[in-house]
Amino acid sequence: MNNFYDDIGIFGDRTAIITESREKITYSMLVSESDRIVADVESRRIAFIICDNTLEAITGYIACLRKRIVPILINYEVSKDLIVNLYEKYQPYYVYGDTQLLERLFDLSQFIKISQFRKYHFYKTDVKMEYKIHDELALLLTTSGSTGSPKLVRQSYKNIVSNTNAVVQYLNITEDDRAIMTLPMSYTYGLSIINSHLLQGACIIMNDFTLMNREFWQLLKDEEATTFGGVPYIYEILKKLRFERMDLPSLHYITQAGGKLSKELAQEFCAICKQKEIKLIVMYGQTEATARMSYLPWEKAEEKAGSMGIAIPGGAFELRDDNGNVIEAEDMVGELIYKGDNVTLGYAESYFDLNKGDERNGILFTGDMAKVDKDGFFYIVGRKKRFLKIFGNRVNLDEIEGLLKKEGYECICSGKDDEMKLYIVENNSENDIDNRIRNFIIGITHLPRSAFKILKISQIPRNEAGKILYSKLPD
Amino acid sequence: MMTDYKKYVGAFEESFEVDEEQAVNLTYQSIEAWDSIGHMNLVASLEDNFDIMMDTDDIIDFDSFNKGIELLKKYDINIEK
Repeated sequence: MNNFYDDIGIFGDRTAIITESREKITYSMLVSESDRIVADVESRRIAFIICDNTLEAITGYIACLRKRIVPILINYEVSKDLIVNLYEKYQPYYVYGDTQLLERLFDLSQFIKISQFRKYHFYKTDVKMEYKIHDELALLLTTSGSTGSPKLVRQSYKNIVSNTNAVVQYLNITEDDRAIMTLPMSYTYGLSIINSHLLQGACIIMNDFTLMNREFWQLLKDEEATTFGGVPYIYEILKKLRFERMDLPSLHYITQAGGKLSKELAQEFCAICKQKEIKLIVMYGQTEATARMSYLPWEKAEEKAGSMGIAIPGGAFELRDDNGNVIEAEDMVGELIYKGDNVTLGYAESYFDLNKGDERNGILFTGDMAKVDKDGFFYIVGRKKRFLKIFGNRVNLDEIEGLLKKEGYECICSGKDDEMKLYIVENNSENDIDNRIRNFIIGITHLPRSAFKILKISQIPRNEAGKILYSKLPD
Repeated sequence: MMTDYKKYVGAFEESFEVDEEQAVNLTYQSIEAWDSIGHMNLVASLEDNFDIMMDTDDIIDFDSFNKGIELLKKYDINIEK
């Protein structure tokens, strides 16, 4: 398999990117701009890319892959505190981003400007520390992007190439596809849409508007987007917008990942898409598996509604019980284990970990509990660890409880996807505590206010050993 | 009985946790709470309060407190203080 990012120049005059301002960028231009901005940047160094969904950001990402610079993709909305923390932990040699934003984050007088691409600048930072980076390491991504954890996933060149090829194969992406961005590129699902379209010489329509903006729908229609991806809340929005009544003739297929749709919503969209002749492809993945692990072939969307489908080409699943034995029987729940070339190398907590090799050997314990039916289709039934998916972002409940505790709030976290519940003890007489807790959570996670519900309880339910009984919390 | 104005303001108060004084000046994305998800909640709340189903175009065009009042006229709802 070839490294697609090295070879994309062959697509020449084809349009790679349509910018927010409707400008068409060819593959030749993408390649020449990429190579220009990193001409004086050293290989095998860490570069922060503080990215929004723009031409500049994608170009920086491709530039790094081509020159074997290792980028850490960080969403531009991440708080300054978290970015400063990441900076200390990873000691990046370079930062690349919108200059105005970088000015607010760093003392640029200490940095040296290397190159410029429109709004974005490449800077050499004041980092002098020498440390070794493993030859296979290609990219570092955050796991949740929300709770402020500096834990990053180490992805290799092989991981990216393998997963991108698999995605292209099962989605049958062609050079005529035009994907409109509905997800941030720092998020593995968004990034895999970019990668898979570039591999095929297809086109990416940059977009930072939400689905509630008229501009988004205008852009989709004018540029004749053939596809987009959505996490569950995007499907909630589509439902609210009466997607079934929209006239979108260019749209051929839509994908869904980043959390499980409720069965009702899945069935509803199956029916809508069938009627509109749009293929609906439900998928499952994790940053730890580069991006994707499974997909539900669109022909089966209706029959197997609620299923995460089957393993992607080149991958395989198995289920294991508590004792680590493989479960062969159907409808028996066990931990979902994935094997494939897209299983990432492991985690990093700081620059000390960047010279580590492959710690997983192609096997990923997903932490999800699943079962399989008689036809070999998998179904997620729960999670081993306590975390929720809030609008596509993974949020670890124990981590949130810990952060609240550090701030002096005795607060228990539970709930379901897209609705986190925070339980506080009733007799807490602190003024305006509801709002303060909520503001604190929003401040660190940058997730919408409506995702958090505060509930008061008379006391925290515990067992004799003092362990919190989450199942005893009121709804 | 609750007036239509109260119902209308109530939807904003409920969706964005603001008071009336703040609500009347709001536009889409002018506060953190009125993002695409907040908008979805607002529309759901208005549809419940007035027992209507809004059209796609009206949902998308609904980008301020005042614009909403104008749009609801199509549904025979006249919001007057």
